[in-house]
Amino acid sequence: MSVVVARQLEKTYVAGDIAVQAIQGVDFTIEPASFVSFVGPSGSGKSTLLNMIGCLDPPTAGSLQVVGKDISNLNRQQAARFRGEHIGFVFQDFNLIPVLTVFENVEYPLLMVQNWPKEKRTARVKELLEAVGMGDQGHKFPSQISGGQKQRVAVARALVTNASLVLADEPTANLDRTTANHVIELMKKMRDEFGTTFIFSTHDPKVVNNAETIFTLEDGKLLQSEGGNHV
Amino acid sequence: MFNIFKLALRNLRRYLRRTLLTSTLITLGVVAVLLFVSISGSFKSMMIGQITDSMLGHLQVHRKGYLASIDSLPLDRNMKGKQIQVVKETLEENKNVAAYSMRIKLGAMFSNYTETTNIRLNAVNPEQELKTVPMLADRIIKGKKEGLLAKGEILVPELIAKGMNVKINDSIVLVATNKDGSVNGQPFVVRGILEGISGPGGRDGIIHIDDARTLLRMEDKEVSEIAIRLADIQAMDNVFAGLKNKLGPLKNKMDKPVFEVHTWEKLSPFFNIARMIDLMTLFIKIMLVAIVLVSIMNVMIMAVYERINEIGTIAAIGTTPNKILSLFVMEGFLLGLLGTLIGVIISLVAIVTMNISQISFDFGRQKGLLLSPTIGATEVITISVIVIGIAVLASLQPAWKAARMDPITALRHV
Repeated sequence: MSVVVARQLEKTYVAGDIAVQAIQGVDFTIEPASFVSFVGPSGSGKSTLLNMIGCLDPPTAGSLQVVGKDISNLNRQQAARFRGEHIGFVFQDFNLIPVLTVFENVEYPLLMVQNWPKEKRTARVKELLEAVGMGDQGHKFPSQISGGQKQRVAVARALVTNASLVLADEPTANLDRTTANHVIELMKKMRDEFGTTFIFSTHDPKVVNNAETIFTLEDGKLLQSEGGNHV
Repeated sequence: MFNIFKLALRNLRRYLRRTLLTSTLITLGVVAVLLFVSISGSFKSMMIGQITDSMLGHLQVHRKGYLASIDSLPLDRNMKGKQIQVVKETLEENKNVAAYSMRIKLGAMFSNYTETTNIRLNAVNPEQELKTVPMLADRIIKGKKEGLLAKGEILVPELIAKGMNVKINDSIVLVATNKDGSVNGQPFVVRGILEGISGPGGRDGIIHIDDARTLLRMEDKEVSEIAIRLADIQAMDNVFAGLKNKLGPLKNKMDKPVFEVHTWEKLSPFFNIARMIDLMTLFIKIMLVAIVLVSIMNVMIMAVYERINEIGTIAAIGTTPNKILSLFVMEGFLLGLLGTLIGVIISLVAIVTMNISQISFDFGRQKGLLLSPTIGATEVITISVIVIGIAVLASLQPAWKAARMDPITALRHV
């Protein structure tokens, strides 16, 4: 089963009398455990597409299936539950919760979203922190670790719920070259280890070069795709 | 819920200075209200106790129209044999009536053989009077307190004793006019000096009821008023209503009502001061509510504004709007709880300290009244619940705003 199936997907924003068509009749399919990148100039619709896949923004028209469920008409509560269950997020600014330790940040989705029992939760968080190489940093607060480490923690948080899909919006934009490479390597490793699909929106050639499928967007239209997935 | 509590607590610690400032404001409000309630409450109870237990009793029965002309102490508006019997039977039937005392109120001339002045007198049966107003004996500042007084003795009000230079065991003469207009005089021995208190009758002298009857040449056993003491003052309204229902409809031969019943509240001007104190308490409580509402709302609006990006993050990773709402409401609740707890502790310590320190104050002519503030658990709990409730209420709007926030807009916020 495909992880994402989009058919004639459209998104129009209306501001007063002006309507802006951010996505115009896009079709694509993303298969499980793939490493996908959406590329294109600023304003091409990458982030809008990612937001729609992540149930943060409903499409205006067309159909969008994520892990087999049509997510076009979910209300806020349903969308939040769906995200908590199936989708992980990695942000450009890491977006860790500053009052929680590294361990607690990774634990957050299991505790506040999925209500896992304590023992199972602790074991899972430790497993993920070990997997991203942060096993010995769990007690630290986000302010006490580097940018690269923060992004590792963010990856662990995105994967901790066994999400089928991780959406990463410019995940390497705030990292230096070496650290960015490490984070991309880590994501690939995670994909291999957990079978998770990673979808990026990026300008970063390092990320693009590592992607197995590349969708190029311009003015809200999908121009081409390279790799194993279909337009 | 515990996880929301833990996270809310961490968020409050994150802005520790702001949390402490807001809590301090709430604490100050709680302390102000609790101390005011305890001090004014104890002053009020003391004054009410003094008025009812040493002078008025809780309720009084008069012949209809007596109270309207009480300033002239009319003897032609006294209750007589049959009327007194009806009231006595009614009072004895009522289980809430602990005691009652028959009084004759009269005006007389007071002479120490060299000077003469006017005096207002209460003529009482000492045994009945002490049961009805048990603190009366405590008002005797000079002379024997036991048994109040015997026939032929008088308790002289402090002001007259000073003005007329009268001492214990001095002989004085009372001259009174009876209701027929004839004048009679009778010698008395000064048994004691009576401290004056606020309110009507607070500066009257006291003689034995039998002496009053002799002085006034009263043939029938008349009384001007019947003061009533209740077993429980809380039952006053019920007893009052009962007596009014029973005695109110009774009519005389001319088909006019015979009796009038009054509570101490109607008889004493202090009731208006007590009501003013209650009004001030209410006003201070409203101010407290305003302080809590504004300070918590301000802090929570700031908290939401500063954490927009964070709200976007937790919403994106699947936290439902209800949980986001609970998180911010919990922060408001904890702020209110913290301020209230500290406020209650400080207030209780201050109340205990004031009681240990034995602070005294003057009220009118009364000097050296002891301030002994007390506060009931119900009052403390009520104020705490109000403050915490308002804290939760004040955080609802910002919390609602946070919960309804669009995750995309929130994530874009810098």
